[in-house]
Amino acid sequence: MSSGNNNNAARIDAARRVAIFGGTHGNEMSGVTLVNLWMQNSAEIQRKEVDIEPFITNPKAVEKCVRYVDTDLNRAFTQENLSVTGGDELPYEVLRAQEINRMFGPKGTPEAYDVIFDLHNTTSNMGCTLILESSKDAFNLQMMNYIKKAFAPASCLVLLNEHPLLKYSTSRSVAKHPVGLEVGPQPQGVLRSNIFEAMRVILKHALDFIELFNEGMEFPPCTVEVFRVLERMDYPRDANGNIIAMVHPNLQDCDWEPLNPGDPMFQTFDGKSIHYQGSTTVYPTFINEAAYYEKQQAFVTTRRETLVANAIRKA
Amino acid sequence: MTGSCGLVEREMQVNEPVLMPRLSRVAVCGGTHGNELSGVYLVRKTLKTEKRKEDREMVSVQMVLSNPRAVQQCRRYVDTDLNRCFTHAMLNGPISEGAPYEIIRSRELNAMLGPKGSRAAVDLLCDLHNTTANMGLCFIAYSDSDWICLHIFKYLQKHMPDTPMRFIHFDVSNKESYSLDSIGKHGFAMEVGPQPHGCVKSNIYTAMKEGVQHMLDWVGYFNSGCVFEGGFVDVFTMVKNIDYPRDEDTRNITATIHPCLQDRDFCLLHPGDPLFQTFSGETLTYKGNEPLYPFFINECAYYEKGIAVSLARKKCITIPSIWLTTEEEERVSEQSFASEEQE
Repeated sequence: MSSGNNNNAARIDAARRVAIFGGTHGNEMSGVTLVNLWMQNSAEIQRKEVDIEPFITNPKAVEKCVRYVDTDLNRAFTQENLSVTGGDELPYEVLRAQEINRMFGPKGTPEAYDVIFDLHNTTSNMGCTLILESSKDAFNLQMMNYIKKAFAPASCLVLLNEHPLLKYSTSRSVAKHPVGLEVGPQPQGVLRSNIFEAMRVILKHALDFIELFNEGMEFPPCTVEVFRVLERMDYPRDANGNIIAMVHPNLQDCDWEPLNPGDPMFQTFDGKSIHYQGSTTVYPTFINEAAYYEKQQAFVTTRRETLVANAIRKA
Repeated sequence: MTGSCGLVEREMQVNEPVLMPRLSRVAVCGGTHGNELSGVYLVRKTLKTEKRKEDREMVSVQMVLSNPRAVQQCRRYVDTDLNRCFTHAMLNGPISEGAPYEIIRSRELNAMLGPKGSRAAVDLLCDLHNTTANMGLCFIAYSDSDWICLHIFKYLQKHMPDTPMRFIHFDVSNKESYSLDSIGKHGFAMEVGPQPHGCVKSNIYTAMKEGVQHMLDWVGYFNSGCVFEGGFVDVFTMVKNIDYPRDEDTRNITATIHPCLQDRDFCLLHPGDPLFQTFSGETLTYKGNEPLYPFFINECAYYEKGIAVSLARKKCITIPSIWLTTEEEERVSEQSFASEEQE
């Protein structure tokens, strides 16, 4: 990959329409608070020659301070849900997904928003994480590279969820370039100042990138270290589906640290250890996320990869 | 373990122990708030395992899942906070057909474990809770002179030296007491944190499990006639709550707990110390006129109750030695209890 040669830069349309989603899960408070703030006063998020719209995606869930009312909005943007008819009979979040798809999509068409940032919190000790849905999205990769460098020495990692089975239809997926922001650890329903500030700073860098890109800056080829989702690990359960063990104290809060074959993984309520039986070292994350108990997920495993992004420049 | 008082009263050790009746019935309740999972799992697990060795220590232990519907939905409550439903007025007043689930449930629990204030009530009720605040293990009780609860606390402190442990006193009269633990003749809440609601953290679960185990061990020893030496206990008495700054119109919060205060439960807060940080980055300071001990800092469930932080004064109290009362003495005291009830 040669650098400094303008002809090799991929030409990508300027990002003119950007949205910032908060409250996709109504009890993840950093995004709810930031978006409400910016809806009252958007000075902080304004950038030249781009419309940036802050938006509360799930107002009913926000009002009740719950993750969702009928069904998880952040899993609801399937093609089936987006096209189904049924009016008021449909679950609240399916109706909401259809409306969001009309406002910010339609998903997969040229009319869709250029970029959507979706703000989330997690009870897991993930720190600041950017979530990427495609390893081929050079624009997103360059943005994430920019954010990581601007945020350094503080850490901001990239989680890539491109797994054909584990990938899910997020609210941000209606955009051409969907970007997830996940910051933790923070309990649901709680607003912690350090978490709030971190998310705010990351978004600032993201919007700065968009402004620079729109002004015509060329971003040379770069490499981005990502953690690619491999598999979901559930809690050990009994015949009735009840959880019979907890995340092991050695694994608790150790997101992004290597989990080697034989390492302790779960601890039964009697104190016995259950060990990781995989054949290679993996990097677990989303460890002990409260919302995932019902989704049969104690943590996901990932592997480290280095992605290469083309040079990009505004078309 | 000694408290933080400088003065030791030598006479205390020579005093006669206070005699107290056997604790024949103990209740351990979990899931009073359906998303505080340590207690839920502890009660469920114990319900599944073999009968405890109760007969030897002459105590029956009842494990109760207080709010099954809220547990099933993994929410704090369904209609209303169960742990505010146990005042005498709420337990005994008229009840309508469409009454909230928790009001109906509180009466069921009162029938099962009480009735509150009567001789039939369980001797000891321990109600298990979690908090998102960094509080370690706390006992929360309405009295600072219930020697049973204070001795159990002292025993736990001695046997769990690596677990930060505090005794919190809410100075509320028996008439106004509102929580489940007030049903028992002796009662307290065991509050363990920090843990997000809806999560089980192994270290938090283990601390609670050990705490309950030690409590039951203590009851066994007490019932067998052990004398428990008096001593000193630091007690934190709740003084007041401080709410978040809120927008006048929407009532939405406009600031969050300051990073210097976050997670610093029981670290003395002085007038002028940072308290909140507004969303525009301004620091708001504590304006009280005495230093107080903060706790329940940024407890999730308290946003709707208008509590950002609770504040307490610390005092060192002297607890007497205690000993099991003899059967003769118990009969005499029962007779006087009966005549009190008649009045």
